[in-house]
Amino acid sequence: MNGPQIVRLPEHIVEIVSDAGEGAQKAAVSFAQVCAKAGNGLWTVEIIPSEIQPPPHTTGSASGNRIRLAERGNVTNVGNLANVVFAFNEMALLSRLQAESVAPDALFLIDDQWATHDVEAYRKSYREVLEQVRKGGGTVIEVPLEKETQKHVDDTRRGKNMFAVGMLCALYSKELEILREVVRNVFKKKTRKVVDTAVKLATAGYEYGLANFETRFEIPALPTDKSMVAMNGNTALAIGAVAAGFDLCSMYPITPATSASHVLSDIFEDFGGFVHQAEDEIAAIGVALGASYAGKTAITITSGPGMALKTEFQGLAVMTETPLVIVDVQRGGPSTGLPTKIEQGDLLHSLYGTPGDAPKVVMAASTIEECYYILSTARKIAEEFRMLVIVLSDANLATGQQLFVRPDVSKTPRRPPLDLSPVADDALPYDWDPVTGLSQRLIPGQPGGMGVITSLNHDRNGKACYDSERNQRGHQMRSRKLAALQKSLQPPAIHGAEEGDLLLIGWGSTRGTIEEAVDMARAEGSNVSSVNIQFLSPLPPGLKKIFSRFQKVMTVELNYSDDWDDPLINAESRRYGQLAWLLRAATLIDIDCYAKVPGRPLMPVEIYNEIQKHLEEGAKPGKEKTAAQKEGN
Amino acid sequence: MATIIEECLEETCSMGAHTLEDYESEMPRWCKGCGDHGVLAALQRVLRKNNIDPENVVSVSGIGCSSRLPHYMNTYGFHGIHGRALPISTGVRLARPELKVIVTMGDGDCFSIGGNHWLHAIRYNIDAVVLVLDNEVYALTKMQVSPTSPEGTKTNTTPKGTYLRPMNPLSIVAGMTNVSFIAQSATWLPSHLDETIEKAWDHKGLSFVRILQRCPVFMPSAFGEGGLNYPVTFLENESGIPVHPGLLKRGPSKPHNHFDLNDAQRVAATVDPAPMGLIYHNPELPTYEEIRAGRCKRPDHETFIKRLDGVLDRFAV
Ligand SMILES: Cc1ncc(C[n+]2csc(CCOP(=O)(O)OP(=O)(O)O)c2C)c(N)n1
Ligand code: SF4
Repeated sequence: MNGPQIVRLPEHIVEIVSDAGEGAQKAAVSFAQVCAKAGNGLWTVEIIPSEIQPPPHTTGSASGNRIRLAERGNVTNVGNLANVVFAFNEMALLSRLQAESVAPDALFLIDDQWATHDVEAYRKSYREVLEQVRKGGGTVIEVPLEKETQKHVDDTRRGKNMFAVGMLCALYSKELEILREVVRNVFKKKTRKVVDTAVKLATAGYEYGLANFETRFEIPALPTDKSMVAMNGNTALAIGAVAAGFDLCSMYPITPATSASHVLSDIFEDFGGFVHQAEDEIAAIGVALGASYAGKTAITITSGPGMALKTEFQGLAVMTETPLVIVDVQRGGPSTGLPTKIEQGDLLHSLYGTPGDAPKVVMAASTIEECYYILSTARKIAEEFRMLVIVLSDANLATGQQLFVRPDVSKTPRRPPLDLSPVADDALPYDWDPVTGLSQRLIPGQPGGMGVITSLNHDRNGKACYDSERNQRGHQMRSRKLAALQKSLQPPAIHGAEEGDLLLIGWGSTRGTIEEAVDMARAEGSNVSSVNIQFLSPLPPGLKKIFSRFQKVMTVELNYSDDWDDPLINAESRRYGQLAWLLRAATLIDIDCYAKVPGRPLMPVEIYNEIQKHLEEGAKPGKEKTAAQKEGN
Repeated sequence: MATIIEECLEETCSMGAHTLEDYESEMPRWCKGCGDHGVLAALQRVLRKNNIDPENVVSVSGIGCSSRLPHYMNTYGFHGIHGRALPISTGVRLARPELKVIVTMGDGDCFSIGGNHWLHAIRYNIDAVVLVLDNEVYALTKMQVSPTSPEGTKTNTTPKGTYLRPMNPLSIVAGMTNVSFIAQSATWLPSHLDETIEKAWDHKGLSFVRILQRCPVFMPSAFGEGGLNYPVTFLENESGIPVHPGLLKRGPSKPHNHFDLNDAQRVAATVDPAPMGLIYHNPELPTYEEIRAGRCKRPDHETFIKRLDGVLDRFAV
C-alpha cells in the first residue's frame, strides 16, 4: 500500500447505526465531540427505535445518529443524503436504505462477522444487503468490528461502539489525543476500569483505521477566534431557563421534552431552583401557575399530549393574567403519534386550543442556539404583559446537536428581590391601561393589595361579573396586550432579496433547511427568498408588505396539508399547513404551502426541488387552475 | 422618676392586632342556611385569634359553591378551576413558604375531578389547611350525584337513586403515604368547627379536614336533615379537639389515640356513627417545601454567573 489517499471535502454526512443497546448513540456523540473540538461545524440527529426493546438484528432495532460535519461553523440542518454509513449489522444498514436517507454511491462500513456467522439466515441476509448496496453504486468496507473488540472485552455489546469511534476518527483524519480526551470525558462518571477499557478500544480502532483504510477524508475546519459550545436543544433550553432566571420548573415526563427536565434536575438546585415532577401535566402547569402567582418565575415543559391536558389551566393563566411560560417540544401527532419523531403539528393548538377566546403569545425557536436565548425573552414578555407565553420547539431541535458561539454569561441579568412594598389602598388587581390593557401585578404579601383573582369573568376589582359590558371589556383588555406587544416587534428579516418570484415562509426548526435550499436555488440564479417567523402570536408587523413584493408565497412546514392531486381536493376543500392557514387569515393573500409529515427533518434538496417546481409553474395562480381542470376532467 | 405616658395605653395594646373585619370582604352570596357561611366565619375567627396579617394569607379554591370562599375573605385569593386548587396551592407554597395557604374545595371538586391531585398533595405534605366542604352533592351545577352521595340518593343524574356506594374519603386519606393530619367536623357544630380549624392551622404539614356541610337547597336530606339526628361520635384526647359538654347532646364521645396510624385507620373506616374530631396527627413529618428549601439556595449574582459558566464549560469545544 502506498499510503492512504487523502480526500479533502467541505462537508460530509455520516450515519452510525447499531442494534439498540450496542451504543451507536454514544459512539456518535463522541465522534461529534471530536469533530467539534477539531473545529468542524456540525448538526446531529438521533436515529431512535420507537420501542424500548425491539428484537435485535431487525430494521426496527436500528439506533444511532446522523452527523453532518462541515468546515464552516454554522451548520443549521441535517443536510441531504448521507455519504458514509457505519452499520454494526446488515439490518441496521438496511434500515437506512429504507429510510432513503443515504446516497446510493455512499461508503458503507459494516461489521464482517455476519459473513461467516453460525446462523445461516444472517449470512444470507448479509450477502443480500451487500449485494443491494453494491448494485446501487455503493462501496463496501467490511471491518472486523466484533473480532477486534473481542480481543479487549468479554461483552462486545459494550465495547464495539468505542472501537467504531476509533475507526471513524481515523477515517476522518482526526487527532488521536482529542479522541482519547473525549472518550475519557464521555465515561467520566464510570469506574476507572471502564474508562481505561473505552480509551483502549478507541485507540485500537483508530490504529486499525490508520493501518487499513485506503482512502481517508479530511474536512478542515475554518478557523474561528470565538469560543464555541455544542449541545442539543433540550440542553440549551434547560441552561437557558437557568440563565433566564426561572425559579421552578414543574413537569411530567413526556418524550421528547423530558430530557430538558433531566438537565435541569441535574443543575438547577445549584442556582436555587428546582424541578418538581408533578402527578400529571395538569398538576404540573397548576403548580407553575401557583408559583408564578406567588411572585416567582415558573416554567412548565411538555410535549403535545401534555399540552392537550394543560389547556384548561392555560385558560386560567390567560383569564387571571398570571405570567407563565410553557415550552412545547412538539412531536408527531395526533394522539400519542410519533413520540420520538419530528412534526410541527401543535401551532394552531397552541394558539387556539384553550376554551373560549384566550389571547396568548406563541413563539418558536428556530435553532438550537435560539433554544438557549428564547426563554429570557419569553419570561420577560410573560412578566411585563402578564401573559401566557408558549414556546414551541420540536423533536429535531430537542435531540440534535449544534455548535454555536458560547453565550456570554456576564450578560445574565441581575435578579432584584421580590418587591413586597405596600401598595396604594386603591390598587386594583386589574388596573387596566385602557389603551394597552397592561396592569400592575399585585403579589401576595404586599400589604394593601389583597384581592381575588378568578377564573370567572371579572371587573377591574377582580370581582366576578357576568354582564355583557364588563365581559366585552375583559376580553378587550386581555386582547389589546397582543397589539401592544406587536408594536414592539420588528418586521422579520428576509433571507435573500427583498423581492422576487417566490417567497418561502417557515417557522421553527425548518429554518436552516429552508435557507440552505434558498441558497442553492439562488446560486443558480433563481429569484427566491425566505422568511422565518419567530412570533406566531402576535405575528410580526409588515408581513403583508413583504408578501406583496413576491409573485408567489408559500409556507414550508412539517405538518399535514392535502396535496392538490389528492382525490376530492380543490381550493375549497384543501386543508392547508398550519402557518399557511394562519397567514392566509391574517393577510388575505392566497398563500400556498409545502407541508408534509415524514417523521424526519426535511432535507434541503427536497425543498430545492419544490422551489424548482413552483418556479416552473410560474407566477400564474397555477394551483387553482389545476384544481379546476381536475374538476373539469 | 416615672413619667406619665400620654398615649392611650389601650390603643398601643391593640395596635397591630387584627379585628374580624380585617378578614371580611364582600357579602357572601351563599343561600340562607348554607353550611358554607359557618366555615367562612370559623376561618375568619381562627385568623383573628392568631392575629395573621391578611396580606400573608392566600386562600385558594376550585369551582363549586364552596369554592367561592376566597371572594369573601379580605386576603389574597385565587379562585381557580374545578378540581385544581391543590396544584395551585402547592405552587404557592413551594414559591413562598412564608405565605399561609388555605384551600377550600367541594366534595366533587376534591374527591372526583381533583382526585389525583388530592392524593398527591397528601403525599407531598405541603403545609396548608385543606378544607373539603362535603355536602354529598354537586350543588353549583344544581344537584348531580357526588362520590360521597349515599346509596339510593336521587339527583338529576340519578333520578332512580344512585346504585353506587359512597366513597369514604377519610379511609382513603388514612391509607396515603405521608399523611400527617386528618380531622372531621360539621358545619352545624360551630364551636367544634372552630377548634378543628384552629388545630389544623397549628399543624405544620397538610391538614386534611373534611367538613360535613349542609346544603338545604339541593341536599336537605343529608346528614339527618342538616345534622339534627346525624349519628356521630366525638373523639376524645387531651391533645385532640376538645369535646365541650354541650356537644355530648349530639352524640357520645370515646377516647382515641390520634398518634397511632392503625387506630386512626380503624376510626377513619367507621362511617356510622361518623367520627368527629382529630383522627390522625403526625407533627414530625417534614413538609415538601422544607425538604426542597434545604437543598436549593440561590447564590449571589457573582457565584450564579460563575456556576453558569461552569455548566457551559461542560459543553465547550
Ligand atoms: C372541568 C370542569 N368540569 C365541570 C365543571 C362544572 N362544575 C362546576 S362546579 C361542579 C361540581 C360542584 O360540586 P362540588 O365540588 O361538590 O361543590 P359544591 O358546589 O357542592 O360546593 C361542576 C361539575 C367545571 N366547572 N369544570
Ligand atoms: S346550593 Fe347548597 S351549597 Fe350552594 S350555596 Fe346554596 S345551600 Fe350552599
